[in-house]
Amino acid sequence: MVLGFPGLKAGPRWPTGVRMAITQEGGARPAPGVQPVVNDVVITVATSNGTGSQSANLILMRTIFQMGVPVSGKNMFPSNIQGLPTWFTVRANEEGWVARKRDADVFVAMNEESIVDDLASLRPGALLVVNKPLASHVTRTDLDVRVVPFDDLVVHVCKEAKLRKMVVNIMYVGVLAYLVGLEMEEVKGAISRQFAKKKTAAATNTEAAVHAYEWATKNLEPWGKCTLARSDKTKGKIIIEGNQAAGLGLVFGGLTVLAWYPITPSSSLCENAIDYLDELRRDPATGKPTYAVIQAEDELAAIGMVVGAGWAGARAATSTAGPGISLMSEFAGLAYFAEIPSVIIDVQRVGPSTGLPTRVSQGDIWKAYHLSHGDCKHPMLLPANPRECFEFAAESLDLAERLQTLVFVMTDLDLGMNNWMTEPFAPLTKPIDRGKVLDEAALSKVNEFARYKDVDGDGIPYRTLPGTNHPLASYFTRGTGHTEQATYSEKPHHWKDNLDRLVRKFDTARKLLPRPVIETMPGAAVGLIAYGSSDPGVQEARAMLAKKGVPTDYLRLRALPIDVEVREFIKNHRVVYVVEQNRDAQAASILRLEMPERAPAIRAVLHYSGLPLDAQSVVDGVTQQEAMS
Amino acid sequence: MSVQVPPPPAAPPAAPAGKAAKTNRLGLEMKIYKGLDSTLCNGCGHDAITNGIVKSFFEYGVEPHRVAKLSGIGCSSKTTAYFLGKSHGFNAVHGRMAAIVTGSNVANRTLLNIGVSGDGDTASIGLGNFMHMVRRNVQIVYIIENNGCYGLTKGQFSATADKGSVQKGGDVNQMEPIDCCALAIQMGCGFVARSFSGDAKQLGALIKAAIAHKGTALLDVVSPCVTFNNHEGSTKSYPYSKEHEDPLHEVGFVPYFEQTTVDYEAGTTTSLTLPDGSHITLHKLGHEYDPTDRTRALDLLHKANRDRLFLTGLLYFDESAPSMIEQMTLVDEPLATLPASRLRPSAEALAKVMERFR
Repeated sequence: MVLGFPGLKAGPRWPTGVRMAITQEGGARPAPGVQPVVNDVVITVATSNGTGSQSANLILMRTIFQMGVPVSGKNMFPSNIQGLPTWFTVRANEEGWVARKRDADVFVAMNEESIVDDLASLRPGALLVVNKPLASHVTRTDLDVRVVPFDDLVVHVCKEAKLRKMVVNIMYVGVLAYLVGLEMEEVKGAISRQFAKKKTAAATNTEAAVHAYEWATKNLEPWGKCTLARSDKTKGKIIIEGNQAAGLGLVFGGLTVLAWYPITPSSSLCENAIDYLDELRRDPATGKPTYAVIQAEDELAAIGMVVGAGWAGARAATSTAGPGISLMSEFAGLAYFAEIPSVIIDVQRVGPSTGLPTRVSQGDIWKAYHLSHGDCKHPMLLPANPRECFEFAAESLDLAERLQTLVFVMTDLDLGMNNWMTEPFAPLTKPIDRGKVLDEAALSKVNEFARYKDVDGDGIPYRTLPGTNHPLASYFTRGTGHTEQATYSEKPHHWKDNLDRLVRKFDTARKLLPRPVIETMPGAAVGLIAYGSSDPGVQEARAMLAKKGVPTDYLRLRALPIDVEVREFIKNHRVVYVVEQNRDAQAASILRLEMPERAPAIRAVLHYSGLPLDAQSVVDGVTQQEAMS
Repeated sequence: MSVQVPPPPAAPPAAPAGKAAKTNRLGLEMKIYKGLDSTLCNGCGHDAITNGIVKSFFEYGVEPHRVAKLSGIGCSSKTTAYFLGKSHGFNAVHGRMAAIVTGSNVANRTLLNIGVSGDGDTASIGLGNFMHMVRRNVQIVYIIENNGCYGLTKGQFSATADKGSVQKGGDVNQMEPIDCCALAIQMGCGFVARSFSGDAKQLGALIKAAIAHKGTALLDVVSPCVTFNNHEGSTKSYPYSKEHEDPLHEVGFVPYFEQTTVDYEAGTTTSLTLPDGSHITLHKLGHEYDPTDRTRALDLLHKANRDRLFLTGLLYFDESAPSMIEQMTLVDEPLATLPASRLRPSAEALAKVMERFR
């Protein structure tokens, strides 16, 4: 059995004309004289969006997961509802490497529009499953080709002509079951799960999958280079999207006001939050909601509602993507300067402008960190997996109230909209933090209330909520220059003192934010720093680099601004490579500003094609720069 | 016919030395309802509106801590600092008070919101947010201090400038004005009034009625800019407004806690009931006008624009539309102060959700 990295597993092609006895339904098939690679395969399916192929792809992914093999699914879809090419890549890997990998081992070509480019993109030796009408496009001789008459097969199982283009998708799952050894019982289970609420659809799809599987066993030459076999690496795990996780995090974090405006790839975060709020956050006695959701007229209004709600004492958040962040810029400055708890979750996508709305990027880091006019900087949380999406979404509400400021949670499309395997989320243990709020009882114990006075020396002042019935309670919130008492002032020292206090508050934030995660290797002089959805690619790259003789330490940044651990990490390595998914090394630039004395040692490995980060890009970026140094 | 009418005007508030100052039903003096001294130009219409707000809130007997004062940016928006000094205030960003109050309203449904905006703040930069706030029926007394120009940036035309109105530098406005009252009626607003900063009596009655209204109450108050838009040729100057104001009716307000009954000649006065039991009385003047007829209200505004009429009074009234809070059926307590125990679902609930992803 060969496990490991790309390039190591290419075996001889299956001898033509050899047929293998089918001894069981599905499962791995030993081939005479050839040892297949077990549990290390990348399958890409090319379809047309709006045909229901996402269901088939999720069933494919779920089947592998249920077989106990670590798996990821990456949907590369167009900004379109129906008719444009879409690709779905499933990576199964016994060792848990599930970052995107560049080359597919198995390619299912179902889409005429993309077939020419798809064929050109395949690596030599890849297995091509091609729909019969597209077979004439196949002129390459270095591919393992299996032609399947999907359109004829579907007629047998689906009488309704208009449903066929949807049902046909499950048939490639049946064919793949034969070719790469998916267990048909798990395929059936995954179908029932996917169509749990549609019994007829479940029955039709099951019949179609079985039919395709049986047809394949009778008519297709087996493959045998890679196969899947039952394992135990997914026990206890769940599959969830980051947006589902973050939505759930807001609900368990005690969100009370959600204002949002639809935008890809953030919409599903809010929609998930709304569903969970509806289910979990109704008053048990009256059935009335303990939350409010407002679909705003634009992102300007959405953040305005969050700021208004935060001012009045709600735990308020919005979720958006790059273009929405741009529109929220003015209010971000107000929230910063008037010190109003508020949360923005940015599910990053490719920009500038509309950019590539359905592709991933980490291109908003710099902008969000300094969002708005004048001197502004905002704490940001950087979740790297669904579990952290859940935890950080909840924690952002605490931090916003504790720090009385705008807090960003920076996720991205890969994390948010793709399915990730993860540990189930543990209950939140930290009690809900409402920050420094003086209510009537607290006010009656003090002689003075000055809204912007640094009483505790941590830069965080006290606030009161509108509606507080106490003579000291009221104050006037404004974006204009103000004194400690919140009265209008244009005096230079008032302005400067206030800005300096805000820096003290920012320094307090450094201590309150999630700590980085550090993993070391013996003898490492090179450090890697990454954040967010780059994590799986970087993890895999470290293993690959180690094999090349470049051991690395790894610091996963989980928040900005940085604190002592990050400083120490940068200080203690000859060089650190900051891996990120943007063109301009945005986080690296922030780190260089934090540690100008180490700026030359802070290098960047950048990936910005719109596709999720793959390990090879990291390896290449590091080895090329190491070779030059 | 027997209708409820306002009590006779109160005695002047200035109390002779040695005597207790006049107080309202809460026992509070008028000065409690005042704010900082105005920094606007002498004679600014906005200051008259500020006085109207102070007096109305005093007379209504609103608890100051229950009030949230909100505004955008501009001369008008500065005025929230000049009244209700014991209430929380929020001078937000330009044109966005509508969004702010939408959030603060759901965060704390018990607050009585008063927003002051200008014609630039509402009818230009903030028009979209304003329309959607009205559409949602957010709980607010929304006053537009409408002077047809940008005062704080020295007199540029605003979107409410009448066609043909002349700017200080001589430019003539060629475009149709935006009529916020007509827009509000179209968006389902149940309390739409137009008034004039120089008509303190009418304005006071309308503000008090607006306080009692459920949902958005819009008061578009023509408030001359004495520095940049008070010249010959301006249709929002003080002399022009004074001369042209044409009240649709004489507006009175009878608070629920001071009901009096007076006989009026049949057909001369109508009374409208507000949710708290207070009443608006409309005493007929020269016009035959029914403010509960939406189509007629829009027709009237159309004619007023076409014929250059400065009609004031209660343009439209309808208490039937549910407020945003009612539409949401929120819990009775403010969301802002719900205890943590009501904000976080149980660990069992989380485990149950997790099961679905296995």
